[in-house]
Amino acid sequence: MLKISERKQGDILVLGLEGRLDASTSSTLETRLSGSIASGQIKIVLDFSSLDYISSAGLRVLLMGAKRTKNASGKLALAGLKSHVREVFDIAGFSSILSIFSSPDEATNSF
Amino acid sequence: MNLDMIEQVFPANVEEVPVVVEHVSGLAELAGVHPKRIMHLELAVEEAVMNICSYAYEKPPGTVTVRVSSEDDRLTVQLIDEGVPFDPLSLEEPDIKAALEDRKIGGLGVLLIRRVMDEVHYQRKDGLNILTMAMLMNQQPEQ
Repeated sequence: MLKISERKQGDILVLGLEGRLDASTSSTLETRLSGSIASGQIKIVLDFSSLDYISSAGLRVLLMGAKRTKNASGKLALAGLKSHVREVFDIAGFSSILSIFSSPDEATNSF
Repeated sequence: MNLDMIEQVFPANVEEVPVVVEHVSGLAELAGVHPKRIMHLELAVEEAVMNICSYAYEKPPGTVTVRVSSEDDRLTVQLIDEGVPFDPLSLEEPDIKAALEDRKIGGLGVLLIRRVMDEVHYQRKDGLNILTMAMLMNQQPEQ
């Protein structure tokens, strides 16, 4: 299960993720991200505060989002990772290539 | 508690992956696996079953047989398929130090499996791919 909530803060899109970002749910986020980026929304924050689980299927979507926003001179920032989600990022070496902040506010202020 | 070996067969298709994960996770809870380690187990099972669903069968869907057992502090999960010979552990580990632009996603699943489980090995036997993954239930894997 993955629930995605959405709000705008200035020209930044903040997507709140709740539940699990795995093989069965990652396509939902992929569709949402791809659509937003294609329509020119290239400043995006993903709020992970309520995300309980991530697998490589989820990491793949984040990689896609980070690459595409960067290519368009934007950014994909992540915020509020729980420790066990952070652990997966660390193992995969994603902590060093993605912009990660402790809170959504900190992430939105980074643009 | 110790679990005698419990075997269940699932269709090897992607839609079934969460069902397999939940199945193993439920048994692990029953066996007394620490909650934090349950997440590790779910991750390893998801990655391994996804691999089987994606690569094992030339004419999908085949099946994946899941065996779970525990003894003392050790939980073992075996995933068995009848697909083409495929040793996921033979894959080269991805370069996790590459820059964003050069980063590839392939091989990440197997890397995660190796890191979160305490033991992983592969065997090809009697036309079967057998992936065995084990964890000590109340300990962190060595990083």
